[in-house]
Amino acid sequence: MIELRGLTKRYGSFTAVNNIDLSVPRGELFGFLGPNGAGKTTTLRMIAGILRPTSGTVHIGGIDLAAQPTAAKSKLGFVPDRPFIYEKLSGSEFLRFVAGLYNQEGPQIEHRARELLALFDLEEWRDELVESYSHGMRQKLIISSAFVHRPEVIVVDEPMVGLDPKAARILKDLFKEYTRRDHTIMMSTHTLEVAETMCDRIAIMQGGVIRAAGTMAELRANAEDGTAGLEDIFLRLTGENAARALVDVLNA
Amino acid sequence: MRLVFLSIFGLGFWAFIFFMLYRLLRYFRGVQEIGPLLAGKLLGLILVGFFSILMLSNIITALSSFFLARDLDLLASAPVDWLKLYMAKLIETLVHSSWMVVLMAIPMFAAYGVVYSGGPLFPLIVIASFLPFLMVPTIVGSALTLLLVNLFPARRTRDILSVIAVLAAGGIVVMFRLVRPERLARPEGFRSLVDFITILRGPTSPLLPSEWVERAVMSWLNVKTDLLPYYLLWSTAAAAFVLGAILHRSLYAKGFSKAQESGERWAHNGRMTRIGTILLRPFGIVRRELVMKEVRLFFRDTTQWSQLILLGVLVMVYVFNIKFLPLRGTGLTFFLVNAVPFLNLVLAGFVLASVAARFIFPGVSLEGRTFWLLRSSPMSMKQLLWSKFWVGTLPLLVLALAIVGVTDYLLQVSPFMMAVSIFSITLMTLGLAGLAIGFGTLFPQFETENAAQIPTSFGGLIFMMTSIALIGAVVVLEAKPVYAYLSAQAFGTPATTSDMVLGFGSAGLLCAAATLIPITVALKKLENQG
Repeated sequence: MIELRGLTKRYGSFTAVNNIDLSVPRGELFGFLGPNGAGKTTTLRMIAGILRPTSGTVHIGGIDLAAQPTAAKSKLGFVPDRPFIYEKLSGSEFLRFVAGLYNQEGPQIEHRARELLALFDLEEWRDELVESYSHGMRQKLIISSAFVHRPEVIVVDEPMVGLDPKAARILKDLFKEYTRRDHTIMMSTHTLEVAETMCDRIAIMQGGVIRAAGTMAELRANAEDGTAGLEDIFLRLTGENAARALVDVLNA
Repeated sequence: MRLVFLSIFGLGFWAFIFFMLYRLLRYFRGVQEIGPLLAGKLLGLILVGFFSILMLSNIITALSSFFLARDLDLLASAPVDWLKLYMAKLIETLVHSSWMVVLMAIPMFAAYGVVYSGGPLFPLIVIASFLPFLMVPTIVGSALTLLLVNLFPARRTRDILSVIAVLAAGGIVVMFRLVRPERLARPEGFRSLVDFITILRGPTSPLLPSEWVERAVMSWLNVKTDLLPYYLLWSTAAAAFVLGAILHRSLYAKGFSKAQESGERWAHNGRMTRIGTILLRPFGIVRRELVMKEVRLFFRDTTQWSQLILLGVLVMVYVFNIKFLPLRGTGLTFFLVNAVPFLNLVLAGFVLASVAARFIFPGVSLEGRTFWLLRSSPMSMKQLLWSKFWVGTLPLLVLALAIVGVTDYLLQVSPFMMAVSIFSITLMTLGLAGLAIGFGTLFPQFETENAAQIPTSFGGLIFMMTSIALIGAVVVLEAKPVYAYLSAQAFGTPATTSDMVLGFGSAGLLCAAATLIPITVALKKLENQG
């Protein structure tokens, strides 16, 4: 459903994403892990069509994003890491606007919007302007907007940030049910527990390249210690000098 | 490149103000007895204007710097002494609200210094009197804002302030027109010379710091020693600072906490949505939603629409001035009467360019942080730009036709001139809107939260200059066929249609190019971005 071939993004002499090849089939929940600055957000923004790759291709449902952006993007919903939305629209207006961008309207959209807002406890805020929403409420509204037009693929960057435990639980269940219905979700997260329990496959990125990818079982098998948890595998792959640095910092 | 361009523009602006004032002051200097009085009166008038602008801009700036700035959360949680915070924020407010006035004051004082031979110490005299003049409105404005925020939540206060500020600015413009400062330059309008001199000698506003600065500067230039204005200026600034600091200590913490509350704001829908949905149905879902979104955001943001009030006042003043032009009577040629509607086009063009700079130019910049949504959706950037173009252009066109139609009616122009005016202003409006969208996209200000600041950017400056060039070019291209036609009417000389076709055709083509080329270039930039 998502095909990346030789995907590269350079900013001047800095290479943020370096020659990534990846294939995510339909019905899979794929997780991106990596330390800050690893290139996860850049990769997701290229898949969402916000950034143009320096080289390489992105295919969504077999459609080349560069050649047919409208067709490819109509299969996609995107949730960014920072919830910036129009402050002067109400929650329900925002959902209607997003559906409109995907050329959808009518009673079914209104019904879906109401259901999504109710799911995330935003129903009583639906007619209030977004400027009075908290960070978590904005995040919930953006997540709702990614589902309102029923895309085949959802690309989501750090979905759990700012969510209360109840909303986080609802989101996990929503993602599982959505992929069970043959849709595809690609998400980045720093919460290893979320990746370990939710994702069908995981990729660990560092320095713009994928250091390891596969199911939890495959990642464990490739690690030196076959019983290691995701945290151990993650730290081993991305460097583990944190403890030494802490002592130095606190003694300084 | 940008720096060089801005420096050249800034120096040009300074030179323009300097030479205008220089010539006027030289003329005053040549007038016996009342010359220095006139120069002092002019300085006083300019300073009263400055003082009003400073009061308004300080009240608005203080709201941002004391209550809404992003660094305040950090400062409020840090162990910073209240007096240091007050002084730091006061300086920040002073710099942000006064820099433009200072830039205008430099060439003005320079002209006074040069014409009246102020000598090498004159800049020090100016600084010693002008600095407290800047401080007083900053302290008073900040205190007023502090009181307002304690009465209303900050976001509400911002809305209220925008409306108050704009109404006050409109009031100043109207009052200035009612006072008719230009009559001071025509003593024959007064009953007797004694009356005139009495008005000149009397202080305009003895309790305002502007009067004290005028006295300080003019006494130095007339080689007299008058220390009272300095005492008044500095003691007022110091007293204001002490009172401001006391007020700050007792009310700031409460006001800051209140500023964090946002007013309860509900989106009111219903009739507008239904009418919009029906009217925009033929344009498809995407365009309709884009247009509805633009309209909603515009009318819900008070900082946006409140400036329409100011615009309305300016247009009224303009139309009134046209109404009172002495265009009938002896000594006025047929050509002069017909040239005025033509010049009217230039002035209307300037008004439209400023409106486009304020309302159309920021369009793409205001998408800023929400661009991720538009770019990740299947909507094309072409749809976005053209929606923004039409949302801005249609109201602008209504305004353009209203200004030109009403002024032409008041001037009682011939049907030919009316047709020329309507044709030209329609084309110009389209061209100006195209330029605004184009330059607004090529020089975006994605991080700016306040739409009113966007037109003052480098891109805004380029847009204004290009607009002026476009208006000038259209008028020049049309001047020849219009002149030929009027000659034919007045003297029966033959008018050639080729002149008409060439003049109006090339003006039309130029405006079409100004509409389409910037949008096409902007579109390329948006599509290739990232």
